[in-house]
Amino acid sequence: MALRSRLDKLDRSVFSRRALVLFGAQGALAAALGGRMYQLQVVDGEKYAARARRSRIRPSLLAPVRGQVFSRDGKPLAVNRHNYRLVLYREDVEDVAATLDRLGEIVPLPPLRRKALMEEIKRTRAFLPVVLAENLRWEEFAEANANAPALAGISPELGLTRHYPQADYAGHLVGYVAAASERDVERAGEDASLLKLPGMRIGKSGVERIEEVALRGKAGLSRVEKDVHGRPIRELERREGTAGEDLTLTLDLGLQKYAMQRMGEESGAVVVMDIYDGDVLAMASTPGFDPNGFVLGLSHKDWGALRDNEKRPLNNKAVSGLYPPGSTFKMVVALAAMEAGLVGPGHSVYCGGHIELGSHRFHCWKRGGHGHMNLHTGLKQSCDVYFYDIAKRIGIKRLAEVARKFGIGVLPEIGLFDAKAGTMPDVAWKRAKLKQPWYPGETLHAGIGQGYLSSSPLQLAVMTARIANGGYQVHPRLVRARNGERVKSRSLIGTGIDDAHIEAVKRGMYAVVNEQGGTAYRSRITAAGHEMCGKTGTAQVRRITTAERATGVLKNSELPWKLRDHALFVAYAPADDPRYAIAVVVEHGGGGSTVAAPIARDVLLKLQFPREIPEGAVPEGAAPVFAVKKEKDDENEDA
Amino acid sequence: MSVQTHGNAGPTLAQKLLSLNWPLVALILVIAGIGFAMQFSVADGNVDPWARRQMIRFSVAFVGMLVVAMVDIRFWRGTAYAFYGVALALLVGVEVAGSVGMGAQRWIDIGPLRLQPSELMKIALVVALARYFHDLNPHRIRHPLSLVIPLAMIAVPMALVVKQPDLGTAVLLGAGGIVIMFLAGVSLWFFAVMIAGIGGVVYAVFASKGQSWALLKGYQYDRIEVFLNPELDPRGAGYQILQALIAFGSGGMTGEGYLQGPQARLDFLPEKHTDFIFTVLGEEFGLVGGLVLLGLYMMVLLFGLLTAVRIRHLFGRLVAAGVCMTFFAYFAINMAMVMGLAPVVGVPLPLVSYGGTSMLVLLFGFGLLLSAQVHGKVEFPRRGTVL
Repeated sequence: MALRSRLDKLDRSVFSRRALVLFGAQGALAAALGGRMYQLQVVDGEKYAARARRSRIRPSLLAPVRGQVFSRDGKPLAVNRHNYRLVLYREDVEDVAATLDRLGEIVPLPPLRRKALMEEIKRTRAFLPVVLAENLRWEEFAEANANAPALAGISPELGLTRHYPQADYAGHLVGYVAAASERDVERAGEDASLLKLPGMRIGKSGVERIEEVALRGKAGLSRVEKDVHGRPIRELERREGTAGEDLTLTLDLGLQKYAMQRMGEESGAVVVMDIYDGDVLAMASTPGFDPNGFVLGLSHKDWGALRDNEKRPLNNKAVSGLYPPGSTFKMVVALAAMEAGLVGPGHSVYCGGHIELGSHRFHCWKRGGHGHMNLHTGLKQSCDVYFYDIAKRIGIKRLAEVARKFGIGVLPEIGLFDAKAGTMPDVAWKRAKLKQPWYPGETLHAGIGQGYLSSSPLQLAVMTARIANGGYQVHPRLVRARNGERVKSRSLIGTGIDDAHIEAVKRGMYAVVNEQGGTAYRSRITAAGHEMCGKTGTAQVRRITTAERATGVLKNSELPWKLRDHALFVAYAPADDPRYAIAVVVEHGGGGSTVAAPIARDVLLKLQFPREIPEGAVPEGAAPVFAVKKEKDDENEDA
Repeated sequence: MSVQTHGNAGPTLAQKLLSLNWPLVALILVIAGIGFAMQFSVADGNVDPWARRQMIRFSVAFVGMLVVAMVDIRFWRGTAYAFYGVALALLVGVEVAGSVGMGAQRWIDIGPLRLQPSELMKIALVVALARYFHDLNPHRIRHPLSLVIPLAMIAVPMALVVKQPDLGTAVLLGAGGIVIMFLAGVSLWFFAVMIAGIGGVVYAVFASKGQSWALLKGYQYDRIEVFLNPELDPRGAGYQILQALIAFGSGGMTGEGYLQGPQARLDFLPEKHTDFIFTVLGEEFGLVGGLVLLGLYMMVLLFGLLTAVRIRHLFGRLVAAGVCMTFFAYFAINMAMVMGLAPVVGVPLPLVSYGGTSMLVLLFGFGLLLSAQVHGKVEFPRRGTVL
């Protein structure tokens, strides 16, 4: 014990002594550090301060030229325009107020704007530029240049701004650019400092957003030595950046414009796509909005008007609007039934106007019923009872499996950030989402495209395209070429659906439009070789009560807009050698056959006869084909 | 200050907490506070992107420190070698699978955690060496052969870190290890030999420059060269240090004022929120600010060493002193580097620079120091002394 404590003491005294030595050494080093501080900051402080004030090298990024976007017919969709602007570097200006006063003599500078500028200048780091005026007229810009000596610290700059010549015709799809938000900068990685450049804009929606990286290009770098007043002395180094890619979209501008105009005041969407390569030829969503407003910033009032409009002009309804597909879903039900081996074309169901399941009654749209129905007549007349019956036999599981092969409930691979997957409900979905069991009646609702079922117009177009092309899994695409180089289309993979079944359904779709008694017979195309096949749909947005059914279901015209049915129509053309698929949704438009089908007819006619629609393309007595007033600036758009 | 153990009845958690060296804890908080203020300043008066995250990390690490302090110091002796082994394995792992950041292979990703094993090793080495000397028969400490193992324990991670390549950390590891040996009572002759050896190595490093057997990478030579004469290349490698000196020096006696330093703001310093944060402090608060921070650091050191001296077991003393030495090496090397007294080697300013691992590791170290202090009088015999 004694030995241990003696050893322990020895240990401790050695430790203490050496710790003291150590601390002494560290203290000496710290003193040296303190001395160095004194030397740098006090002895030589003035020298360094002078150097800090003397010339400094300002490395600055050079924003790359953003790639431009064109339609497949070569029309400009998003282009760069010259932007004459004036910027100010606070550290280069003696008296900001006086400088702004002098500037006010050249360009209009209202007091409010001036105040906002003063604040921004105060907030901004001294060596970063503040944009004083943008999009100046050439005369103003020239005058500012001429007065450069009086405006020391203000640099005239020639920038580029984004311009969308088609304005609201393609606003949703092309999207718009705006200044990067803090979150954008955070997520930008190595491009973060580029995004912070004044005047730098990045894609916020549509193609501008999904193709941001390609369109942005690579930043260049310039290192400029500046004197104490901030005047550049010389450029030490300059590395030009790489311009962004020019994109050619699959969009056919002529068709897009036509579709937008054809929709008129209606709220809804039209999607046209090529059934083989998936090219989206038109993607109209109405009402449109003009993306140009977003580039320079929107006033509170304008923004509020856009945001609060009940027709939601800012939404791209073609991809983000979700609607019950209604009867347009019946092809998928028919296919599922045939695939399951339950129904042959001859299979017949009697429609007495309703079907009963348990204590519940499911009504056909036609009071009194259709009588005997088979697959062909069921599709042609859109008999609900027929599809209730076969949906009940298939069961929701098999129905959902087939529906997903046609893109219902599956997120379209189009890249657009606002694209939605919609819902193809089944037992597992309901358990996960609503924590409820699946009720048999819900299968019947699904059989006529109602209930939990929802899909976007784009998904309906994809569904129709996959039926029209014989069951191949075509995916929609937006970009046709990059820098003039064609983008290869994806190879088509089959869905494994029997050809004969597809053919039976296509014959039904033919009958819908082209046979007497078909629900869209009045909207048929009579130009030989250009006929369309389609399917109407009317999606209920409200619940019809038993009481209402007893007194007679209210007509759409008797209801407020928000409660009216959605009108839907899907189609492909030409009938015998299909090439194009279309989906039309008119929100709260009423019936699919009266509202949506004529729109599809007109758009498909315009697509097949881009120059002039021949006489007799529509039957006598039918509504005339919508004609666009010829625009004079159609050909000489600014590029 | 420390808790007396009476028989089996150990102190309660509350007693342990009360007995903590609170002045030292308070100093750590004050310095971390300065760090937050600087992170706020380099972001132009914004809590994002650095200050907020730094605060969150610090809070987590600070709680961790207190937890570590509450755990019996004998437990930490037990885990010492395992800890060292893990750190070593991670260092090797970085060689194999590490991600390359800033041109150097230093980080390893473990799930969401981005770890810098070389930082971990700084504390692991201290603990492992402390255990070795604690367990060593005191009669054998004068024997040169008993120094082989600790030297190897220092040399292996040093070699791995140099290979990364991270010269600063390697020097830190070496210095920390040697100091532990010094405090453990290793013969002074050994250190004489050591100093001669280091001189030889430094000579070899310079002699090997440009030779086929060059001991350092090209950029490391560049940095040393430029450090010796920053004006040599004001556009390239010397640019950073020259800008740092201009920013720091222009602070003068009292600085430009908080949030007012223009130079540091000019984006001249690419690592202004991490390794070069001291220039920002110097520019904004001048000599006064710099000396206050230096004084605070020295107080931490003094309090730490005073704590160490009072601990009754060698393991605790060595751990406490080792942590102090590591802390000193951090700030001394960083300040020297920023003020042009040492080459730019990538060592953060402790508790002030932005960065996760170094702060976590440092606070873990202080946790161990406090654990040794709280448990300073526990029965903790040296193995070799049991007769």
